[in-house]
Amino acid sequence: MLRRLVTLAIAVLMFSPLGRAQNARPDPAPAQRHDISGIWDPANGPGDGIGGTGSKAMPEDGKPEHQLPYTALGLQKLNASKPGNGARMVQPGEINDPAVVLCDPQGLPREDLYELRTTQILQTPVSVIILYEFDKIWRVIWTDGRELDKDPPEPRWFGYSVGKWEDDYTLVVQTNGTDERTWLDKAGRPHSADLLMEERFHRVNHDRLELTVTINDPKMYTKPWVALDKFPMKLLPPTTDVREMMCSVSEFREYDKAMRFNNPADKQ
Amino acid sequence: MRKVTTIFLVAVGLSAVSVPLFAHHGNAAFEAGSSVTVKGTVTEWYWANPHCFLKFDVKDDKGSVVHWVAETSNPADMVNRGWAKQSLKPGEEVTVTMQVVKGGNPIGRVQQIVLANGRILSTQLPPEPKPTDTVAKP
Repeated sequence: MLRRLVTLAIAVLMFSPLGRAQNARPDPAPAQRHDISGIWDPANGPGDGIGGTGSKAMPEDGKPEHQLPYTALGLQKLNASKPGNGARMVQPGEINDPAVVLCDPQGLPREDLYELRTTQILQTPVSVIILYEFDKIWRVIWTDGRELDKDPPEPRWFGYSVGKWEDDYTLVVQTNGTDERTWLDKAGRPHSADLLMEERFHRVNHDRLELTVTINDPKMYTKPWVALDKFPMKLLPPTTDVREMMCSVSEFREYDKAMRFNNPADKQ
Repeated sequence: MRKVTTIFLVAVGLSAVSVPLFAHHGNAAFEAGSSVTVKGTVTEWYWANPHCFLKFDVKDDKGSVVHWVAETSNPADMVNRGWAKQSLKPGEEVTVTMQVVKGGNPIGRVQQIVLANGRILSTQLPPEPKPTDTVAKP
């Protein structure tokens, strides 16, 4: 009996995200200066970046320590959202998440906070380009020394991004001009057009990258808050074939009909 | 009444070994902790985004056919779990274990499928390869 229990415990540890997290190479090489390029995967397993209940650092799980500092307007906008996960989750037919019921682009900052999966980062002399597996989306971060336009011309799903090297291994990216129709995360947290998002890409060593995301949106939150805190990513071989993962409207409608979820968009 | 050949709760074991798969429509529709196993015949296997799903027929105790549908994650996730577009074919006999929706409709979220030849298709991730196989050399 004892032997069976020990075997079971070993098997559970081997299969668990905790067990997988232990599989780090003992002595990774140092990173090159000003280089975050590569194909990166969540280091603690592919599920670590899903964020189904909202931002990983501040999930909407009803715990007081995860209560965000909403303004009155922020709270009003939050209450208008009807998410499918988290402490405020509703039945499928009541969900009003545009990325779920319409397959809309989820934009930024949600691309970092929901379904952060295998991520390819490319660098040119003037930019950093990120290719996200989820939604098969790309974005450009300008690193040519320009300043972030304080008055961006028109809102974009993924806004406007400018990056600067804070030190040899940390790229700090500021993004503004995002489209306020998008949800900040899967839990339906709001953001306004005035959102200023900061991403810190810190390359710990050759094999490891950490991403920290800070939300600064005075219209919705009384103070900045950290949505992703040193989220660890591991380097994959450069020949890794990143697969497609996206929301196909026609296939989604077949699925929704079969599952009898009564998607509101299908009734329009 | 649907023909349920086995009903067993495996919540503890599954939670210990699983990587979370968040459904497009969330979790509110599903019966938390449920795990129901039925035997049936595949009618259609949809390899689709944002979710693959299986349609299959199950005969109930009176011999009537109940049309079941059960979702999985998206194709990329399923490939990582050893599934493929060709994994399931119409007419194939399958034993499906799934989390079911509240309210009794024949709808679920696949946990595992056992094919007629004994092969198991699981929605759980297999153990990760050794780091030397997955991490690029400096």
